[in-house]
This record gives sequence, structure tokens and C-alpha cells, in this order.
Amino acid sequence: MQGLLSDAREGLRCAAGGFHLDPREPVPLAVVTHAHADHAVPGSERYLCAGPSVPLLRHRLGPDAPIEGLPYGEQRALGETRISFHPAGHVLGSAQVRIEGGGEVWVATGDYKREPDPTCAAFEPVRCDVLITEATYALPIFRWDDPREVLREVHRWWQGNARRASVLFCYALGKAQRILAGLAELTDRPVYVHGALEPITRIYREAGVRMLPTLPVAETAKGRSFAGELVLAPITARGSPWMRRFGDHESAFASGGMRIRGQRRRRSFDRGFALSDHADWPGILRTIEESGARRVLATHGYREALVHWLRDRGMDAAPAGLAQPTDPEGD
Amino acid sequence: MQRFARLYEALDATTSTNQKVAAMQAYFAEAPPADAAWAVFFLTGSRLKRLIAPRLLAAWGMEATGTPDWMFGEAWSAAGDLAEIVSLLVDAQRVGPPVAGSGLSLSELIETRLLPLREADEGRKRDAVVALWRSMPLREIFLLNKLLTGELRVGVSRTLAVRALAQHAGLDPGVVAHRLMGAWQPTAEGFSQLVARDVHDADLSRPYPFFLASPLEEPPASLGDRAAWQAEWKWDGIRAQLVRRGGGAWLWSRGEELITDRFPDLREVSESLPDGTVLDGEVLAHAGGAPLPFSVLQRRIGRQKLTPAILAEAPAAFVSYDLLELDGRDLRGAPLAERGARLAQLVAGRSGRLLLSEEVAAATWEDLAARRTEARERGVEGLMLKRRDSPYRSGRPRGDWWKWKIDPYSIDAVLVYAQPGNGRRANVLTDMTFAVWDGGELLPVAKAYSGLTDEELDRLDRWIRQHTLARFGPVRQVEPQHVFELHFEGIAESPRHKSGIAVRFPRIARWRTDKKPSDADTLQSLRALLRSPQAVRG
Repeated sequence: MQGLLSDAREGLRCAAGGFHLDPREPVPLAVVTHAHADHAVPGSERYLCAGPSVPLLRHRLGPDAPIEGLPYGEQRALGETRISFHPAGHVLGSAQVRIEGGGEVWVATGDYKREPDPTCAAFEPVRCDVLITEATYALPIFRWDDPREVLREVHRWWQGNARRASVLFCYALGKAQRILAGLAELTDRPVYVHGALEPITRIYREAGVRMLPTLPVAETAKGRSFAGELVLAPITARGSPWMRRFGDHESAFASGGMRIRGQRRRRSFDRGFALSDHADWPGILRTIEESGARRVLATHGYREALVHWLRDRGMDAAPAGLAQPTDPEGD
Repeated sequence: MQRFARLYEALDATTSTNQKVAAMQAYFAEAPPADAAWAVFFLTGSRLKRLIAPRLLAAWGMEATGTPDWMFGEAWSAAGDLAEIVSLLVDAQRVGPPVAGSGLSLSELIETRLLPLREADEGRKRDAVVALWRSMPLREIFLLNKLLTGELRVGVSRTLAVRALAQHAGLDPGVVAHRLMGAWQPTAEGFSQLVARDVHDADLSRPYPFFLASPLEEPPASLGDRAAWQAEWKWDGIRAQLVRRGGGAWLWSRGEELITDRFPDLREVSESLPDGTVLDGEVLAHAGGAPLPFSVLQRRIGRQKLTPAILAEAPAAFVSYDLLELDGRDLRGAPLAERGARLAQLVAGRSGRLLLSEEVAAATWEDLAARRTEARERGVEGLMLKRRDSPYRSGRPRGDWWKWKIDPYSIDAVLVYAQPGNGRRANVLTDMTFAVWDGGELLPVAKAYSGLTDEELDRLDRWIRQHTLARFGPVRQVEPQHVFELHFEGIAESPRHKSGIAVRFPRIARWRTDKKPSDADTLQSLRALLRSPQAVRG
């Protein structure tokens, strides 16, 4: 991989711009696509992200972290390059990074999806010469159903469990709020949430995202029954003593991987909802096409399969970044 | 179809037996009888004969979705189930709004779409299948694919399905189980008969549900008083019930297959019995006053035509060990001791081909253990221990009937992978991997290299080459169709194996052509061997 971005131990490095993209280790200047833990690592001297990502990144990195937000679409000169952020539709404040320099335009998508999501700005196609796309779900078996239909199913599942608690495991940043916002179209009943979700949900509310009212599980009276209630919790809470208060309950997991029956069965959830914040196969192909890129670099997940597919179609494609296991657990 | 897909998903999702029963009950309550009948058919473990080979399903799926071979392989590594991969690929190709449902009911799909395809040529089958795919949402395509390849398995035991049906109908599970035996047909009428409060059970031929023994995992002394138990040899033949009613006679195998016609030489046995009699016992090849090896009987089973020469080589006998019905009266509630006494009276002097499974005399458990060492010489599998005061139960309830085999480390497993051997066998697929059931999935548990004759190996090799589902380098994944009895020397926990257990020196004892994949052992029964006492070598 040669050009504006190159692989380095600490992550993707832009030598001409003097910055790193979503570095895994502290660097002088970190350009961050979104606030998930594997993309926003503490310790760097300065952070630059899309404007709406600032409060989430601050929550992740601490009150004193030197974070600067740049409105979507606004250009900033860095070294010999000019960069700008463009909505990626992944979570609140998530961005693709457009880098212009040396007569070329590169776009790194970061994590993204093409489905509608009421909690964040919709993905915006950006033309470029070289596209670095994520490939978390880059196999033709991954195609997401309309998320509004999936959320109607979530709602039916919750309604159907009148005598037991419905515990829905999901990623605390992004997925949980997307569920709360989607369900707000269908009901106005409050939802109980695990402590890890509270501050993030508050940030989303402050950003003007309309969601169902939430009640902290921790503040409910001891011995209260959760029968008929919906509870959102991060997957790490599963099997912990925290779960005891729900007694006999119905469990579900919201993740793109739940499209696969074997994954639903292996994890033995009562239900699996295939709701993903990553692009599906048609979404990835569409994004590549709309970018007009002459060269495509693929990261994460099934990147080898995507590269193979593109090369079979005569495109210039290669894997990028360190090989990472296909484990989109956080999705 | 939509309703059945929802039921399938509900059963697939939960491990709670109560919830499974509740889901089935709800289904029976709302489904039309014609659909409920087919649901019962699948829930009780029956399967449609496959309409197309899995490799055709794969080929049509790739063709219809423009998926290259290598990408199909990638999908395989992600999802690992042929029917599912094809359904996901087809579903992912869809443009426009999702399909609500095919509108076909389960019975319509099977009776008006699938069964008529049986005689069709490959091209017509393909067109029909692809058209069905286009009309169906993901979950229905998945089930359709399972139906096409004859692999639809639902994650419930037969017992559980019977329980749900009984609860739905307000009947005793035993009644339902009995009605399901034999020639029950998945039709609306058949379903109505199953759940009818009062039916004149007209089907004379029907056997009783078999009482199955559990493997003895503790030392026999744990069973308590020796005198409370009846010991018999464990015969190595085909478990069967001989039904004699209304002037007719029927022989049923444990797999509920009617095998009367396979054993014309047992006709004299049936005809010697009075009307209203049902015997439980074992069909053996028997000559010169002693049983012949199972393989002799098996050769006979394999033949299309029973020539006089074959009948002479492997003459059949019925070794009876229980009396379930006498003078048209159901005796199953009576204690074994009483049934046994009446059985001995009944069979005495009837026919040279009707034998009685005699008690093995031994005063103490130690004496009995000593007699067990005669098993190999006698051509039997070990001992059966039956509680003298026990009724004849149905299914495999633990506690009253135990099998105390000489080789406790013996399982029935399904062939799932094969690869070529070394040296002399470099071009023959001799290295085989076997799997047992874990829920609805087959989980590999052992690799075995030897135990089959060259002739059997050749036959199997040809079959494997024609029934390869996928290839991973030299390894072929085959259709899970053949059951083998495996013997091994030891078993231990092993975190390195996906199954969590490792077996020592596994070998193929025999090819069980008489068993279906669904008869294979489960991981649970294999794990139970972990707790068994050291093998007593016979």
C-alpha cells in the first residue's frame, strides 16, 4: 500500500499530512472516524474528529483530552494535505475521511452503513481515486432487511413477552440508541437500561435524537419485577450477577452476525435480530461504485473475499491494515 | 408455510423443553389439520425422501445467484450449512420490497409442488425450485432447501412432540405414541385420528412403542438386590415386534419399518400364534441351535431378492423376550415377571423358529459378571438387565431396563468427512470422520481408519465420490447418510476438540446399513460414557 496512507505499526499513517487515522497507539495527531473503543484509543497529543462526535469522544477519552471537532464537509489543511469529514451513517458523529494531496483524493470510509438510521447523519457518497472500505460483512450472504422491519420484530418480541423480562443485548454506543429511536416510532413505553448505556444515551439526547424514555436498572427498587419490560444491556453483562434480578427472562442479541443461524444457535439466545451498523454486501459494492475509485483497499472482516471478487472483475484491489479476526461482536 | 417457519424458528431458538412444547401446542391449535399432519411427520423425526442431491442444490444456488465456487466456499466457512447458504444467497439477491410469503401452506407445498417433482427430469426440477425460491422469504427458502435434500430436522425429540400433541388433544402420551406407530399417514384425516378423543383404532397392524434400554454406566451392584433383576443375553440382531391380529401378521422393526416381507421364513412363526398376540424380541440369523453373526443377517438384508440360497445361508429365527398383548389384551402394565411367565407358556413348542430369550442364571452380581465374559463366544453383545416388577414402558426412560454391553465403548455415528489413506490405500477414501448429534447438528467426534473389508471400502469409496458436498483440499464432506458402529478403547475430556471429548483408538466395528442417521448417538450419550466404569474386556 503506497500513496497518501500507508500501514504502520500504530495504524494507518499519512506522512504527507502528519497524522494517523484511528491509530491503535498514542500519536501526535489522531484523526478519528468515530468513538468506538477500537477506533478511539487514548493517549494521543491531539484528536481531530467530525463535530457531532466530540461529546462521545470526550466521554471515551476523558474531560481533558485535546479534541477538536470539524463540521462535516469543512476542509482543514494538515501538512501537505487537506482533509474533510463526511457522514458515514455508522453511529452519531461517525465520518469518512477525505484526504486530498499530491494530486490525488483518498477516502477512508471507517465503519459505515447505507441503511436509514434516525440517530445519525446518512452516509454520503464521496468521489475519490482510492477508496479504503471496511469489509466486516463482505460476503454475498450478508444483506440486511429494512431496519424498520427488524425493529418492528423487536417490538413484537417485546410485546409477546408479557410475563417475563425481555433482555436485549446490544452494543452500548450506537446500536442501543438506534433501537431506542426506532422503537419510539412504535410505542412510548419506557425502556430499562444498563449503567453502561446511560451516559451515552444522554449524549444522544443532548444531540437532539428522539428516543424512548429510559430508566436506569440500577435505580429500581430491590425485588421489583421486570416482567413485560424491555431491558437493554451490553453483551458483557450476559452471565454476570447483574442479570440475576431479571430471573427467568427472554434473551436476544442485536447484531449483523445474527443473520447466520449457526451463530444464533451457538450463542443460544432466544432470539437474534440481524441489525447491523456495518455495510452489507450490496452496500459495500454500491459504495465502491459510487466512489468512482480506480483502486480499492479493504480492511477488516472478509477483506480477502472482497479483494478476490473485485479483482475477478478487473479492478485494482488489495487488502489493507493488519489482518484482523472476523469478529464483529461489537456490532 | 409461514406458520410452520415460525414454529421451526421458535423450536430452533429455545432450549427450554416447556417452551418447545408450548410452541408446538400453539401450532397444533391454529394450523389446519392437513398442515399439522405434515408438521407431526417432521416433528416425530420422519423425513421426506430427498428430491435432489445436495450438490445439485449447491450448483443451482450458485447458478441462480451468480456466485462463483470460491465465494460459495467462503460462505460455507461463515455459515456452514448448505441449505442456509443457498437461502441467504438467494435472499440477498432480491431487489425491491421483501416477499411476504409464498402463500403456500406446508401441505400444499409438499403435496402440490414437491412430491409431483419426484418423476420430473433435472431441468424441470431446477426451474420449479428456482421459481419457488423467487416467491419465498428467507426462512421459507431455508426450509424448502432442507425439504428438497431430505434433511429437514427439527430440534425436538419424538417424545417431546408426542407430549405436545397429547396435551393439545387432551390425551395420554402413550395413546398418541401408539397411534403414531406403523403406517400412520400425514394427511388431514390422519391428524384428526391422532387427536380424536375416541377412535376405534382400526389399524390392526399397529405395534406398540418400543421400550428401549439405557447403557449401564455404574457398576451393576448399584442396581441393588440381584434377585430383583432378570438377566438375559443381549442379542445382536434386529429388534422387532411380531403383531398377530385379525388373522394377519406383521413384523415391525424398531425404526417402525414393516419388514414382514423381508422374512418369509418367519411366516410359520406368526401363523403358529393365536390371534391378539404381540411379541417383542429380536430377529436373528440362526442355525444349528446358535445365532449366526449379525453380518450374516446383514448380507441378507442388503439383497433385493431373497433367493432360496440366501434363505438357506441365513435362516431367520425370532427370539422373543416380552409379551405385550395376549388374547387382544394390552399386557404392558403387568410386571415383567408375569409377562415373562405367560410368554414362556405361549411360545413353548410352537415353532422351531420361535425361541425364548432364556434367563442367564447367576446368583450374585459377581457370578453374573463372570458369565458376561461368555458373551463374545456366544455371539451376543453382552447382558440385558430388566427389573422384574417393571411394566413395559415406551421410549427410553431410565431405571428399569439396562444394557450391559461387553464393550461399553461403542457408539453409532454418522460418516461426515472422508479423505484418501496412505500407501496401499492412497487412492481410496479410507480415512473417515464420524459425527454424533448435538441438538440438530452433527458434531465430529472420531476419526477411524480401519475395520471395513476391502469390498466394503470399495463400495463406500464409490458412494462417497458420488455424494461429496464440498471439498477442502483432500478432505471431502459427504452427505450425512451412513451410520457406522464405532468401538474405542477409552474416552476423555478434551478442550482441544470441538466436541469437548477425545476417544482413543477408534475403529469401525460395522457398517450399520439397518440404521438411519437419526438413529445415531448423541453427544450427550457419548459424554455419559465419560462417567462409566473401566471397560470390562470380554
